[in-house]
Amino acid sequence: MSAKSNSGAPFEPERYELRAAAPYRFDLDRRDFFKFLGAGVIVVSVLKPVIAAQESGGGRRRSGESLPEEIDAWLHVGNNGRVTVYTGKVEVGQNIRTSLSQAVAEELQLPIEKIELVMGDTQLTPFDMGTFGSRTTPTMNPQLRKVAAAAREVLLGLAASQWQSERQQLRLADGKVTDPKSNRSEGYAALLKGQQITKTISADQTLIPATNWQIAGRPQRKVDGVDFVTGRHRYPSDQKSPEMLYGKVLRPDTFNATLTSLDTQKAEQMGVTIVHDGNFVGVAAKTSQLADDAIAAIRAEWKSDPQISNKELFDYLRKDVGPGKDPSGDGDHFETGNVDQALTSADHKLQATYTVQYIAHVPLEPRAALAKWDGDRLTVWTGTQRPFGVRGQLAEAFRIPEDHVRVLMPDMGSGYGGKHTGETAIEAARLARAAKRPVKVVWTREEEFTWAYFRPAGVIDVTGGVRNDGTITAWECHNYNSGSAGIRPYYEIPNQRIVFHEVNSPLRQGSYRALAATANHFARESHIDELAHAVKMDPLEFRLKNLKNERLRAVFEAAARQFGWGKAKTTGQGFGMGGGYEKLGNIATFAEVNVDKQSGDVKIVRVVSAFECGAIVNPDGLRNQIEGSNVQGLGGALFEAIEFENGRILNGHLSQYRVPRFRDVPVIETVLLDRKDIPSVGAGECPLIGLAPAIANAIFDATGVRLRALPLVPNGLKAA
Amino acid sequence: MATIRLSVNEKPHSVETDPQTSLLTVLREYLDLTGSKYGCGEGQCGACTVLIDGKAQRSCITRVGSVSGRQITTIEGLAHGDQLHAVQQAFLDEGAMQCGYCTSGMIMSAVGLLRRNPAPSEKQIIDFMDGNICRCGTYPRIVRAIQRAAKTSESASAKGASR
Repeated sequence: MSAKSNSGAPFEPERYELRAAAPYRFDLDRRDFFKFLGAGVIVVSVLKPVIAAQESGGGRRRSGESLPEEIDAWLHVGNNGRVTVYTGKVEVGQNIRTSLSQAVAEELQLPIEKIELVMGDTQLTPFDMGTFGSRTTPTMNPQLRKVAAAAREVLLGLAASQWQSERQQLRLADGKVTDPKSNRSEGYAALLKGQQITKTISADQTLIPATNWQIAGRPQRKVDGVDFVTGRHRYPSDQKSPEMLYGKVLRPDTFNATLTSLDTQKAEQMGVTIVHDGNFVGVAAKTSQLADDAIAAIRAEWKSDPQISNKELFDYLRKDVGPGKDPSGDGDHFETGNVDQALTSADHKLQATYTVQYIAHVPLEPRAALAKWDGDRLTVWTGTQRPFGVRGQLAEAFRIPEDHVRVLMPDMGSGYGGKHTGETAIEAARLARAAKRPVKVVWTREEEFTWAYFRPAGVIDVTGGVRNDGTITAWECHNYNSGSAGIRPYYEIPNQRIVFHEVNSPLRQGSYRALAATANHFARESHIDELAHAVKMDPLEFRLKNLKNERLRAVFEAAARQFGWGKAKTTGQGFGMGGGYEKLGNIATFAEVNVDKQSGDVKIVRVVSAFECGAIVNPDGLRNQIEGSNVQGLGGALFEAIEFENGRILNGHLSQYRVPRFRDVPVIETVLLDRKDIPSVGAGECPLIGLAPAIANAIFDATGVRLRALPLVPNGLKAA
Repeated sequence: MATIRLSVNEKPHSVETDPQTSLLTVLREYLDLTGSKYGCGEGQCGACTVLIDGKAQRSCITRVGSVSGRQITTIEGLAHGDQLHAVQQAFLDEGAMQCGYCTSGMIMSAVGLLRRNPAPSEKQIIDFMDGNICRCGTYPRIVRAIQRAAKTSESASAKGASR
């Protein structure tokens, strides 16, 4: 584990897909930008190197490369009184367009409707590493607050000098500065009088404390919700351009295939543009139907070596530890105390292996991009969590400078960590260059299932040692492949050995909502339950006995109260819990299941989660994220698994790959702990991690059957 | 290729295409009605749902040649000017979306359900909507939105203001 792990932003080794990202970056031309903005107050936030290092994931930069001071946010108070905020973060359904607007509205005392966020446009917004790791709320939210607070200072200063008033007596409300003494009141635009004023935020910018929040801290519906219920919003796959063609790429039969022969004769007669460039074969046509037909008319042969299937997966992961991955080095190994001795002297020693399968993100909007060339300048609209990363990939693919590439990210149909890469952007741009027309590429569901990347599969071996009185004395954990996020126990354990083993994954793998924390919490919280039963202690009492962290104790206690922990059970009923600490948030989830012993059917009846992420910015948005995490988490917990064999995905359709639906959803109750004394942190990922172990522990409670593999019951309990 | 005459959102259209082309493709590519979404292409997710003669149908598996002359309603045709349909308003009021990509299909399915059954039970809502996927997991909110819309429509029709 990295020494930075407790600072909240470690380099997470499971983000394999990020490693290929181009490291180049060029500065924004600030002068052009100020010209573009025109008059008004412009506030610039200069990011401190230490924050930049966290935001970019620290270790990713090559050693020796110094971090320049950089600008991370802009805000513009326009002549019309409207405020435009520029951030490189993107909206993917987590509703930061709303929560960031609330933060700005709060500091500027402005109705939220007067705020517009420009997000994820590499030409207009400052550089941002990407929208992942639940970093928006802990980093961008305070930055925008500071920027807005600085604008507030400018406006107060203008009013004070224009009115010859005492600055301290001026008040801001509803987009106006008011002097209660002289009864003067002016809107922000009127105070500006057409001037352009530039201000840089100071280090000690005064912010409105959470206890005084009026706009932040209250439920706020999606700011542009009307565009979504009317179908007006244009997602990446809805983008159009005059003269646009539809692009389609020829896919090999298997992964890791090489093209050996190609016959495009028939397709050439169809009036389409055909591109053959190495292993890349694609067409651009006037309609998507014609593009499909042309691809179907192409004859191609591919060759590839034999590849493994998911039946052999877990043996393979243990065996195929990649070369040069010394577990004792490179930050992947944590050791404290003497774990071998502690395990030998423990009253009870328990060894168990937990596994998780590859799963797919299945964002309802598949990858999509529209690419347009103007000479050697490229503009791409695409759905990605990393517009600047995709800009780098495009620059590298086409050997053009990054400042010749503009990537725009219209609010997209979700990602869940699955859209960090720019496949469709590159494909559309390659076809557009050949066709000399704009080209849009939208992946089919099957392409998304096959040619995107997966949440890593993994094998986790845990050995725990415990005293008869319920004190955990030793913990040894080896994780093969699934990743190190959330691998360290938060229980007080004096002797630990924690090792993450990197493996050459047979499938392309990458980020996923909550990353490996789901797997590591499943293993840990299941094992904790097993240890509690070994010493015949109540699982909640056992946890609290070994847990000092007050914030975690608080969520376990709150969820237990709401759930009614300790109540009597009926036949088939089972109760269980799981929880933990991830991405700076704290979660405890309790589950009630009902198992029909005759049929083996497992029904999740009720789920109660208590969550704490510091001062709550948008309670309604937060509830939505927690409910959504529990619903999405049901899939990976109960039935989702990618099946593959010899380089092919066997269940790459929604008719074959089961995701949670209306009927799968239990009663979900959410308890929010609002800590106004603690800075706000993100909530898109952490709430997911408690569910799988809570269900597994509840199934054990109901049946005495201990399930140690995710998904738990893809075919009911009898088959498990 | 053939000339297909369509009535979409009470407007006539004439489209030159293969009658086998999906209605979804025609709506999105030919008519620029992009509110109906592609999610799976096999009728499994409901993101493409439209009303055909008032009935919720998956436009991705509906051949355009089969709906000539029938009344097609898409999400773009649901509101009357700035006046949102009760179901649209209910989705806003319940915050029943995250990324919103499934929302138009959810709303069209819900409208189809309420036309058939103006006061559905919770179980009837869940059974009817089970073919629509929300990957963000807002199902409980969607159920509440449909219940709210049913109530609003009920009170509106009691006042004789239903449409």
